[in-house]
Amino acid sequence: MKTEDLIAALAADNETRAAPMSRAFALDLGAGFIVSVAFFFAALGVRDTFFASLGDPRFLFKFVFSLSMAASGFVLAWRLARPAADARRALKAVAIAPALIVAACVAEMAVTPSSLWAERMIGHNAVHCLTLIPLMALAPLIGLFAALRHGAPGDGRHAGAAAALASAGLSATLYAMNCADDSPFFLAVWYVIAAAIVVIAGWLAGGRWLRW
Amino acid sequence: MRAALAGDAVAYKRLLTALTPFLRRVCLKACARNGIATGEAEDALQETLLAVHLKRHTWDASQPLTPWLAAIARNKMIDAARRRGRRVEIDIADFENVLAAPGGDGAAERELERQDALRLLDQLSPKQREAIEAVSIRGESLREAAQTLGVSEGALRVSVHRGLKSLADLYRKATER
Repeated sequence: MKTEDLIAALAADNETRAAPMSRAFALDLGAGFIVSVAFFFAALGVRDTFFASLGDPRFLFKFVFSLSMAASGFVLAWRLARPAADARRALKAVAIAPALIVAACVAEMAVTPSSLWAERMIGHNAVHCLTLIPLMALAPLIGLFAALRHGAPGDGRHAGAAAALASAGLSATLYAMNCADDSPFFLAVWYVIAAAIVVIAGWLAGGRWLRW
Repeated sequence: MRAALAGDAVAYKRLLTALTPFLRRVCLKACARNGIATGEAEDALQETLLAVHLKRHTWDASQPLTPWLAAIARNKMIDAARRRGRRVEIDIADFENVLAAPGGDGAAERELERQDALRLLDQLSPKQREAIEAVSIRGESLREAAQTLGVSEGALRVSVHRGLKSLADLYRKATER
């Protein structure tokens, strides 16, 4: 087939139009997140003290932390979904969540006697945290991968890792409503390890499935 | 490109035709740099055009077109080189050089233009191949081609689109092997 013939075929196909990127992201991620939300309320549900805890700064900080992961990962994945995208500012925003957790740990050290530190870090449910966060990240991650495949990420591994960060953030937000441990120490260790597992998986999967 | 995205097929064809010499030079240069046979350049060019087509919704109309185009060409050149089992260095400077350089002698380019590429066309399903050949090689409009083939215009449009998508997939699979 000669190049000019190919161009004729492409021009004939001009009427077939792909959905805009914003719609792909909204639908695919939305569907994935709904699956995780449904799983969460069916299998786990919010903890008994959920409403009583709404005034507790430690409890609320869990959501500040997880949502900042979700938001920064999402913005980065959105930027990386297009070829030649400038993602530098989005990349800087990814540092917000780690900065918050460091600051929160320093504050926790200031207000808690050091004899309690180890106990708070180990918490009650580390194994739950390490399994449920990656598990509930799966559906949003699949959704974001679908959206990224609809796009054209210049580097699949970077885009995959960003999508994984967003998914881990969403998943951690759900998990935090059930998890009994509120100390920033617990977040800094277990939530971060759980998110790292998801991000590494996203990096590897992105190299394989985000090629186009 | 804006007119093309708005649905103007004539503008789209004009745009692709105008981009082709530029992209061909980019492909030639990258092939030369990575020790790939010049004959592969036309394949890489066609693959790039396919990707430009199938991913044109990822271009943000508020951004300049060239960096987007260069990123797509770069991605496809890396694939082309991978198929040859080489590690590649595709420098973004290639694109700037090509943009800055005048036309060159053009003999190699004219030679390439006559070549057949997209040999993977044979691997498509008969229906998709027939559809693509009708609107491309025989140069018929969708409506004429649909009449010749005795199918509805909508069905033909779907076949052409699926065929183009399969072509891009075939290229990708060839890279992964």
